[in-house]
Amino acid sequence: MTTQLPPGISLEKVDDRIMTLNVGPQHPGSGHMRLIIKVDGDYIVSCDPDPGYVHRGEEKMAEYRNYIQNIPHLERPVIHDSSNILYPYCLAVEDLLGIEVPERAKYVRVIAAELNRCIYILYWLAIYGIFLGHSTMFMWPAGDRELFIDLLEAMSGARVTHAYLVPGGVRNDLPANFEERCLRQVNYFEKRLKEYEAIFYQNPILKARTQDTGILSKTDAIRLGTTGSVLRASGVDYDVRKKEPYDVYENLDFQTVVMKEGDSYARSYVPYLEMFESCRIIKDALRKMPKSGSVRTKLKPNPKGGNDEVYRRVESGRGALGYYIVSNNRPEPYRVKISVGSFRNLICMPYLLKGEKLGNMPAVYWSLNYWPVEADR
Amino acid sequence: MSSEDKKDGSTDITDEKQSDVVGLSKDDAKKYYEEKGIDLSPDVPTKPKPIPQFEKSMADKISSKFADKVHVDYIRADRIRVVAKREDIVDVAKYIRDDLRYDHAESVTGVDYPDSKEIEVVYHLGSYTDEKLARQVLTLATRVPREEIPNPGSDSSRTPSLRDVFYSVEFHERECFEMFGVYFEGHPDNRRLLLPEDWADIPPFRKDFKIKGR
Repeated sequence: MTTQLPPGISLEKVDDRIMTLNVGPQHPGSGHMRLIIKVDGDYIVSCDPDPGYVHRGEEKMAEYRNYIQNIPHLERPVIHDSSNILYPYCLAVEDLLGIEVPERAKYVRVIAAELNRCIYILYWLAIYGIFLGHSTMFMWPAGDRELFIDLLEAMSGARVTHAYLVPGGVRNDLPANFEERCLRQVNYFEKRLKEYEAIFYQNPILKARTQDTGILSKTDAIRLGTTGSVLRASGVDYDVRKKEPYDVYENLDFQTVVMKEGDSYARSYVPYLEMFESCRIIKDALRKMPKSGSVRTKLKPNPKGGNDEVYRRVESGRGALGYYIVSNNRPEPYRVKISVGSFRNLICMPYLLKGEKLGNMPAVYWSLNYWPVEADR
Repeated sequence: MSSEDKKDGSTDITDEKQSDVVGLSKDDAKKYYEEKGIDLSPDVPTKPKPIPQFEKSMADKISSKFADKVHVDYIRADRIRVVAKREDIVDVAKYIRDDLRYDHAESVTGVDYPDSKEIEVVYHLGSYTDEKLARQVLTLATRVPREEIPNPGSDSSRTPSLRDVFYSVEFHERECFEMFGVYFEGHPDNRRLLLPEDWADIPPFRKDFKIKGR
């Protein structure tokens, strides 16, 4: 006797070779998202990413608040990279309102952004380590991250959600003796960072799991419009800080990190090398920064943007991060679109996972530097 | 708060078309504020900026190829905005990809204009392969009709998909479809992306979708 099924619904046959797996959304290996994976034995046949479990409508909320009220909630998608997600917003609003930023504030912003980039990369590295079964690589970055969190706490007063960058500069000036303290901690961190290489990146087990898995070729990386470390690990020399320098990045001494392999190992190695460059930027900025002066241009209360639109972008921990703001002579923006690196890199997940072993899924997934909360906004 | 702050704070009302001071015409209100010494300068200083040469040459190439089919909205440093009709947008995009060498989309988004009954679909295009274009972002926009009672997928809010031209727009167009109800014809995978499967309200980024309590 056959059971009558409602139209449009069919059952999978028991003897089907292909099995469908739901990875997430409550799975620690996926973050707050779901991957619908079809496997044939141990090999992934297809992968369908299903984000949206942490969609909060940041863009809609921004239409109800004025340009200043928008600051704290727009940093929420990535709280451990909060300076970098606010950076393009501040640049865009400054363009809209025609605000000039004091020279010292530009340097302070760069220092905050680079400290935050290190915090983000260390957090990501801790997760990457633990999902590859390397507990030490969870403990070390999580501990060293505190160095930078302490610095940003001294700068802004908050440990994680700083809301430090505001249109017109930064919220408050640096505390006394900040330069020496910052230099001391960054120097210590650079020494410490070299130990990561020996314990993690030269580890034969890590190499066996990540090298030659999930290879993204240069042409595919460009065609799929990937960004950030994913793009640079595939051999494309593109960093917004170099290509379209904002604030004072053109005066500072640093290099873009590019690798040619395009596998999971390269994608995890590029952010690590970028931390050295961030340290260089911080030290250079401390040297070149004006020692005194204003750090914030005073805005009119409730400023209105003209009948205009603007698109500004920066390089965040996960790639180019752009804000598209349309204004219509009101104190609130008419439309805010946040173009985030995580969402742009999401498209290569089905490409990379196809044909991989299921066991390599975390190694490939986390190497994409993907942050679900940011992708959903 | 100093007295200067308060002075600035009250300038808001003068920028509206109607004055908020009861019983005064706009000119009288202006005089009233001037007597009180209140700053009436606009929030946004209007400074004419020179038109950059490289961006102008790129925009000229597009407008000479397509003549009156496209409209160049603005040319600024590193930013060009081009508006095309939705019938022509695939041709314009192909020209931008093949001849101007833009190779990927940074974002695809919609902007809802209920007053003119239109939704604008905006593509932000960039280039990794051409070193000269690394700074540039080209904004390609088109307008689609907007229905008062939306029925995503079956109403007139539709535009050709650019997925065959720029592969990277795939997920962005899916997001735009669910958030604005603009159907992309020829898109291979027009499913929901971020919204739940059982979402039964109007597309949430339209202006007539109100957040509760606001």
